[in-house]
Amino acid sequence: MDSIEAFQRRRMALYGWMLATPALILLTLFAFTPTVTTLWQSLFSRGTARRPQQFIGLDNYAALINDPVFWQVATNNLIYAAATIPVSIALALIMALWANARIPARGVVRAAYFTPTMLPMIAAANLWLFFYTPGLGVIDRIAALFGIGATNWLGQPDTALAAVIIVTIWKEAGFFMIFYLAALQTIPPDLREAAIMEGAGRWTYARRILLPLLMPTTLFILVNALINSVKLIDHLFILTKGGPNNASKLLLYWIWETAFAYFDRPMAAALTVMVLIVLGIVAVIQFRALERRIHYR
Amino acid sequence: MSGTVVRLKSGFARWSWPLTLDAFGAWALAVVWIAPLLFAAWAAFHTPQAALAFDVHAPLILDNFRTAWSAAPWLRYLLNTMMLVTTILAGQLVLCTLAGYAFARFPFPGREVVFYLVLLQLFILPEVLIVENYAMVSRLGLFDSILGIGAPYMASAFGIFLLRQAFKSVPKELEEAARVEGCGWGGVLWRVYVPAARPVYLAYALVSVATHWNNFLWPLVVTNSTSTRPLTVGLSLFAAPESGVNIAVISAATLMTAAPLLIAFLIFQRQFIQAFLRAGVR
Amino acid sequence: MKIMRSLSGAFLATALTAASLPAAAETQLTMYYPIAVGGPLTRVVDGLVADFQAEHPDIKVNAIYAGNYDDTRIRALSAIQSGDPAQLSVLFSIDVYDLIEQDLIVPFDAIVSTDEERAWLESFYPALMANGQVEGQTWGIPFQRSTIVLYYNKDAFAEAGLDPDAPPTTWDEMVEAGKALTGDGRFGLMVPSTGYPYWMFQAFAIQNGKELMNPDGTETYFDDPAVVEALQFWRDLAAEHGIMPAGTLEWGTLRQAFVQGQTAMMWHTTGNLTAVRNEAPFDFGVAMLPANVRPGSPTGGGNFYIFKGASDAERKAAVTFIRWITAPERAAAWSIATGYVGITPEAYETEALQAYAADFPQALVARDQLEVAVAELSTYEGGRVREALNNAVQAALTGSQTPDAALSAAQATADRLLRPYR
Repeated sequence: MDSIEAFQRRRMALYGWMLATPALILLTLFAFTPTVTTLWQSLFSRGTARRPQQFIGLDNYAALINDPVFWQVATNNLIYAAATIPVSIALALIMALWANARIPARGVVRAAYFTPTMLPMIAAANLWLFFYTPGLGVIDRIAALFGIGATNWLGQPDTALAAVIIVTIWKEAGFFMIFYLAALQTIPPDLREAAIMEGAGRWTYARRILLPLLMPTTLFILVNALINSVKLIDHLFILTKGGPNNASKLLLYWIWETAFAYFDRPMAAALTVMVLIVLGIVAVIQFRALERRIHYR
Repeated sequence: MSGTVVRLKSGFARWSWPLTLDAFGAWALAVVWIAPLLFAAWAAFHTPQAALAFDVHAPLILDNFRTAWSAAPWLRYLLNTMMLVTTILAGQLVLCTLAGYAFARFPFPGREVVFYLVLLQLFILPEVLIVENYAMVSRLGLFDSILGIGAPYMASAFGIFLLRQAFKSVPKELEEAARVEGCGWGGVLWRVYVPAARPVYLAYALVSVATHWNNFLWPLVVTNSTSTRPLTVGLSLFAAPESGVNIAVISAATLMTAAPLLIAFLIFQRQFIQAFLRAGVR
Repeated sequence: MKIMRSLSGAFLATALTAASLPAAAETQLTMYYPIAVGGPLTRVVDGLVADFQAEHPDIKVNAIYAGNYDDTRIRALSAIQSGDPAQLSVLFSIDVYDLIEQDLIVPFDAIVSTDEERAWLESFYPALMANGQVEGQTWGIPFQRSTIVLYYNKDAFAEAGLDPDAPPTTWDEMVEAGKALTGDGRFGLMVPSTGYPYWMFQAFAIQNGKELMNPDGTETYFDDPAVVEALQFWRDLAAEHGIMPAGTLEWGTLRQAFVQGQTAMMWHTTGNLTAVRNEAPFDFGVAMLPANVRPGSPTGGGNFYIFKGASDAERKAAVTFIRWITAPERAAAWSIATGYVGITPEAYETEALQAYAADFPQALVARDQLEVAVAELSTYEGGRVREALNNAVQAALTGSQTPDAALSAAQATADRLLRPYR
């Protein structure tokens, strides 16, 4: 009896490993190994056929830290995150409340909010290019109605990053709305009824009941938005290419540029490591949240 | 569920004074949100001169679509994108089902650790690892192939996690009943777990298709030729400022490439949104 | 590793059988090429390739459009690194140092064998060969080559009381004309400052009497007083004279701005000539860039390169193809289709181009300008050196740095990058 059980247990373990193996192989090939090789690669100098690469320890990191462009790009990315995350989350919540309220043509409104999510970022960038074109573009046409002259939105350091941020917010707010919408639908209406009975106003209800109940969703969206603030850079390729003078350059775009336009793979690796460290911190936060989530069920 | 929604509505009605304000705000935001698309549509059907002059009396034309259509192999790009999303989805469904099943039902040694390693991939984004993933894909001889674009995404941590959760919520009794009827492990998976998780599969499939239909950076890095380039990369080549094509033609091309997914979305709007709800919130 | 290889081998089984099908006698060539100007040029290239294959059934050319110059370099080098190589490509003429440094290309001198072929190497305009000759050998053959020219709206000139047949020939005249032309939603002049800002800037620097680099590609002179003065002048066009919008101007949309009448003059590549001709609803003129200390423009555009990975047979086939496509008739046809310079004097003697130029004399300006043209900015670590200069130009134009400070920073960066090559 005992040996049969042990045999069963071993067989289960074997099956478990076998079932997980295909996924683990691919994860090893495309997540774990590259992470390790990135670390390793970042310790070498850029090599060419005539000048082979050399082990240089942490020199790439030192070079980055001494490079003002690095700090500018990192600052840009911080601003990018600090602007896109709260604004798109707030907009998403407002959208969700409206898309859940009883208003005429609700389906159309909901579709309008959500549509940008279905567009490739590249397509979105093309659409916005039309908005930003100095003098001829939609925004400047509207500004002209108020007597404001043409603005070179994408061509000026003060506005280029903002222009890029707006496109990102436009793209992701509708996506986050969906999660709030789902959460709103799970809130028992009795709560609302009770709040009305108690004579609570709209804002009190929102602040005291709605927001706390939506907290787990907000956390989930927050992590997604954080990841997006690293990941969503496709529109740079169309809108600014990181310019003018690096004013709108973001880390992942810079990684791409360093690796594929300047063929400096070690430097790109060093940059990647830095981004991975930031993502690692986010991961720890998320795992905490996930654990709580799992406990809920 | 529908009962909930109805009661929710009646609850809102009691705070009726701001509702018109709400409606106004909601519409205004909707107009702002959809405006870029509307203007693209406007530009696509006008000459560039008329489009930029906002001349409402200008005639509608189809030339931009004709120009855009003949200037790049869009059908090929579309086919590539379709093959790409299908390949990725097929790979994801198989790999994530197997792995999700393993993590949900098989107590193998090291399971917890391995599971956390899998979850780590939620953060070691394939996008961030483009440089070394590119090296890996080249080493494997998969450069400039559909499989090469798809491979890094197939063992999706998100998919494994979702399916594990879905499988875990299936009552054990169902599994035991199937076992009594003589099903092996494979039979149980196929007859019990997969059908039970069908809504999750649908949701996940839609998210996956939408994500990879729109993906750009990684395909840009690993594709090199017309025979693998997906729509997004094709569009970026076509519309790059250097190519100097005018705004009307770019708008036409943009609408053309976005159209398949947008039309599908408008037709299946409810299912799409439901799918996203399910996939995201669990 | 072995497992990985066999794994990928299995994945690729179908692709491999497909690749082994073509007849053995056929030489297959893969070539990447860029397009940086308007117009449906991929079709022109496809047509040329089809004609070539009809004449040379034993050579198959697979020409792949890969975006702008930067994209194309990335694509071609990616292909080589991934073991899926190209045999030849049209790449930036200024990529030559980096390609040599990476040991990726072979000089044409090593491939040509007959006197006839050697003569062919000598047949191009010398100004166009400058960027392709390094270390005493010829690495690049001109194909889509350009200079910067001044496009101007004749109607606007007439409107502003200027002589439509007397475009400005000096910086001062240009500023003066610009002032007369500016107003009523129209700027006098636009010079693009995204995409290839260093290129436009090089024109200003040359006209101010200073070249930006030494012939070996190991020194740059970004902080030379004449160079700083040139950038100051560019900036002043907007800041002081008000004839150009402030901020950076988009390379790609500038042609449209000109065609729409947003600006009365623009500096742009001659490669855009045919597109402007097809789109402009008004009469326009083309002139050489105005002079200050001297007239001049950098050359620009793409050269043919042959990659080291190509076999002897493939190298020969590649030379056959390049010779065919650079022959006078094709060079003339390509020049007519785009506005790029006909790369040999013989091209301008063909009937086609003679007839075209008789009807449309603007087509000859770029050629005439070749006499005063200099090599485009080209150094080792080219991408980053150009990026440093691009940033300096943009920083100055957007007012975030003075020309002096911006160019000193760029020079410091270039010095750091180039030190190992000196």
